[in-house]
Amino acid sequence: MTAPAASSYTASPFVGRTFGVTVAGLNKNFGRTAVLKDINLEVKPGEIFCIMGPSGSGKTVLLKHIAGLEHATSGEVRIGEFDAADPETRNKVHLALVFQAGALFNSLSVYDNLALYPREHRQCNEAGIRERVLHALSILSLEKAANKFPSDLSGGMKKRVAIARALVMEPQLLLYDEPTSELDPVMSATLTEIIATLREQTAVTSIVVTHDRDLAFNIADRVAFMMDGRIQGVGPRADFKTPADPVIANFLNPVIDLKNPRFKQLE
Amino acid sequence: MNHLTAIFGHIGGTLLLLVSSVKFIGTLPRQRARFIEQCYLIGYTSLPIVTILSFFIGSVLALQSGYSMENFGAKQFIGTLVGLTMARELGPVMVAILIAGRVGSAVTAELASMKVYQEIDALTTMNIPPERMLVLPRLAAILVMMPVLAIIANLCGWYGGALVCQYTHSISVDSESYFIALKTYMKPKDIIDGLVKAEVFGFVIILVCCYIGLNTRGGPREIGASVTKAVVASLILILVLDYFVTKALLFA
Ligand SMILES: Nc1ncnc2c1ncn2[C@@H]1O[C@H](COP(=O)(O)OP(=O)(O)OP(=O)(O)O)[C@@H](O)[C@H]1O
Ligand SMILES: [Mg+2]
Repeated sequence: MTAPAASSYTASPFVGRTFGVTVAGLNKNFGRTAVLKDINLEVKPGEIFCIMGPSGSGKTVLLKHIAGLEHATSGEVRIGEFDAADPETRNKVHLALVFQAGALFNSLSVYDNLALYPREHRQCNEAGIRERVLHALSILSLEKAANKFPSDLSGGMKKRVAIARALVMEPQLLLYDEPTSELDPVMSATLTEIIATLREQTAVTSIVVTHDRDLAFNIADRVAFMMDGRIQGVGPRADFKTPADPVIANFLNPVIDLKNPRFKQLE
Repeated sequence: MNHLTAIFGHIGGTLLLLVSSVKFIGTLPRQRARFIEQCYLIGYTSLPIVTILSFFIGSVLALQSGYSMENFGAKQFIGTLVGLTMARELGPVMVAILIAGRVGSAVTAELASMKVYQEIDALTTMNIPPERMLVLPRLAAILVMMPVLAIIANLCGWYGGALVCQYTHSISVDSESYFIALKTYMKPKDIIDGLVKAEVFGFVIILVCCYIGLNTRGGPREIGASVTKAVVASLILILVLDYFVTKALLFA
């Protein structure tokens, strides 16, 4: 990245800090249904923290609370010493969220999707932005897609653009919502390496919601298992390789049994 | 009762949106590319339909008034009537209705789809206020383009009237005396009042359409519902505001 040349560009005030996340007694109801039930978590600064759990267990909703997009029914989420629900926090903590569905700006090209953030925050001049954007694109093998529009991309490409957009932001807190769910095995492995390398280089705190066991069991410092809106278990990744809890064990290593299939057991 | 609180909630929300957009007025110079794009979308692309419509409205006005004024020998005042009606009333109202249908609906659809597909959430997490990037340039553009469109509507309406007067056999007022009548009895204030009205209508339409778009909740079906809501709200607001603004301007 080239140094900001003119004084009209504000240097990023964020460099060199990383934030932990504290979730305390978090409850969330949508109407009458409780989606999050008394969640308590402590993510340490610089940690890679994976959240696993069945579909519909409330992982995305939890991530949105950390990003300040949802407001708790009760309890609170703190990023470092700041309240995640307070809009002012965004001026103090530099966070990026990779949305499950990508959430790309459909009216902007891939390049402009990535360039929007540094442009709007006037972090560097156009040449510096270009360098940053092209670097992020090359990490995710997206060079050829730079001038395409999101509607012309495949599902996995969209996901990669969303990840690249988060990388360009150079955040202090990175939230990924199922980053590998639409990627092929090689891309998933690449992304796993990216997450780990990024933490090594910039000490960014990463919270990764994922179903990808390879990702979680290779790079997570700790894993939390969510079930039906509650935290079923938290611990270092080694604990989850042979989990004691039968529910977690069954989720992580489901046995495929054609003689006695699951869907027939339900009937 | 519930409806009433909902309406006051929406009025409050719209005013809040206005305040939080105007707060960023200082960023307008560096958002000029967006501002110019919006001017193009709001103003330039509306030109053909504004021209055609106001031309025919002026023509019809001349036809109707020619028919009725004939009876008491007041044909020489057709120019005045068409001129005043276009400038004070039909010009601004027609442009506003066109803007509501063409631009307001598009604004709501775009913002609603950004909301539904989480683009607004993405902006929020990127600490880019949607009010600054999406609402402010549109509000600024409408303020610049509304008077321009209204003036063009006035001119087209007047010339439409003039043509009809000259070439309709039963009226046959030549355009010279038509325009003399138009000039003699019109004050600059008449035109300015019309522009003020256009300005108020346009601003309120865009503000309300942005508000409804940004407050869309749910799936793709809600995008359509929001657009309908926005257009209906705009049309009602135009006609209600028309009364009050006219009254204020006439008796201020
Ligand atoms: N805006 C909302 N309104 C009402 N209910 C919601 C809303 N968002 C989520 N929910 C409900 O909350 C529950 C948890 O949803 P969430 O998206 O967090 O699941 P998830 O764990 O991310 O699942 P997946 O792995 O499939 O992404 C679901 O039952 C969902 O129906
Ligand atoms: Mg999810």
